Amino acid sequence: MAHIDIVDLVAGYGGSTILNGVSFSAGRGEVVALIGPSGSGKSTVLRVAIGLTPASGGTISIDGTPVDYARPAAVAALRRRMGIVFQQYNLFQNMTVIDNLVLAPVRTLGVPPAQAAARAHDLLARVGLADKAGSYPDQLSGGQQQRVAIARALAMQPDILLLDEVTAALDPERVGEVLETIRALADTGITMLIVSHEMGFVREIASQVVMMDAGRVVETGPPAAMFDAPTQPRTAAFMKAILRH
Amino acid sequence: MSAFFSTDTAAFLAGALGRTLWMTIIGCTLGLLLGAGLALLRRTQLRALAPLRLLALLHVEGFRRVPFLVILMFVLFFVQAVAPDLSLLGIATLAVTLTASAYLAEIVGAGLDAVPRPQVESAQVLGLSWWDRLVRVVLPQAWGVILPPAAAFMVMFVKDTALASQLGVVELAFSAKILVNKGVSPLLGYGAVLLLYAGISWPLGRAARLLEKRLGAHRHR
Ligand SMILES: Nc1ncnc2c1ncn2[C@@H]1O[C@H](COP(=O)(O)OP(=O)(O)OP(=O)(O)O)[C@@H](O)[C@H]1O
Ligand SMILES: [Mg+2]
Repeated sequence: MAHIDIVDLVAGYGGSTILNGVSFSAGRGEVVALIGPSGSGKSTVLRVAIGLTPASGGTISIDGTPVDYARPAAVAALRRRMGIVFQQYNLFQNMTVIDNLVLAPVRTLGVPPAQAAARAHDLLARVGLADKAGSYPDQLSGGQQQRVAIARALAMQPDILLLDEVTAALDPERVGEVLETIRALADTGITMLIVSHEMGFVREIASQVVMMDAGRVVETGPPAAMFDAPTQPRTAAFMKAILRH
Repeated sequence: MSAFFSTDTAAFLAGALGRTLWMTIIGCTLGLLLGAGLALLRRTQLRALAPLRLLALLHVEGFRRVPFLVILMFVLFFVQAVAPDLSLLGIATLAVTLTASAYLAEIVGAGLDAVPRPQVESAQVLGLSWWDRLVRVVLPQAWGVILPPAAAFMVMFVKDTALASQLGVVELAFSAKILVNKGVSPLLGYGAVLLLYAGISWPLGRAARLLEKRLGAHRHR
């Protein structure tokens, strides 16, 4: 059974429809990469999955059970096991790195503060930022902030992690450190949906690639097939355009 | 009481000063609380709260478009109909609260909106409750934006409370007139009141600036 199964998802903002029936799934521990041109709806898929944008049709099932996004309790339960990291890190600017990591486990999961802090320090060490616990977000580089954001999501111990272009806002020399963090994560058995334009990275880490265009899935397949022998002309054109630089 | 330099005059002025301060500080503080409530209400999404959101909108837009003097009269007649025991000072304070809440709702709202929406969404997907998002994430970042204009509003409103004299509240401005009518020289009477107004505004402004500095520093310690 798929860990997360998305079937015929339809969604939009206000009146306009952005997703026109998106379907794909990810097995437990699998890394699935969403690729496609800007505006094709990749971020929207992730936003719908975590309940930030409502869907008007289709279903998302976790372990075979459809999530009822209209029920706040169901969304709350979902968010205890699904985390998301955005392109712009979005750390809480008014608190230190450690407080960013401790807040939700304590307030949402009821973890004792001392235990949450110990776990937060472990996570910071894991992303290579053990010495930044007392810093404020704006004292860190973009790459460091992004690693904190990943650690913050992990502090909730999710079994599904959504990553939306987490390296897109970074200086080129900072991209590597964040990719390294994600690479290490992939080996922990967490299921990941990754939106990324880093094709080399996608190829290396993803077990499956989903090519989106104009709110639909154009093609799905293992990276080797998708990159070297796409069956759809749209995929081929996109690969050609993006691999040129 | 024709002699200005007497304990009677001092007590009289102190009473008037007290009433001016009361109207300003109590009125604006209650106005800030009510205004914050209105600003938060207007930013809710729940469909069930739609009628309340409309009321909040009418309140904020309405009270900002009517002169304070008219609001004073309106509150006077309304209160006399439903709670005839309320003092004139109470009525004036209520008018200040209602007026201040409309302006402060806009100021608080601007502060809330200044906190980047994605940060709030991050708090949301981390499962934080509405209250936790507000208290732990939004307000600590909004205060620095809210406080300077809110304090400026309050300092400015000190002067507007003089209109309560039209209701018969013996506040500072009215007290000067009374003193002069009793034979105190206008220079002394109005001069004293002028100094007292300046004496309120200045420390209020300073306190606000200090608080602002401290809140601004809180981010970096
Ligand atoms: N909050 C929003 N309100 C209205 N329209 C939106 C909103 N967010 C996205 N859109 C629109 O939805 C469409 C799909 O956006 P989405 O962000 O899902 O695309 P994307 O594939 O992630 O693109 P990118 O690679 O640029 O991030 C775009 O046309 C975008 O303008
Ligand atoms: Mg996007």
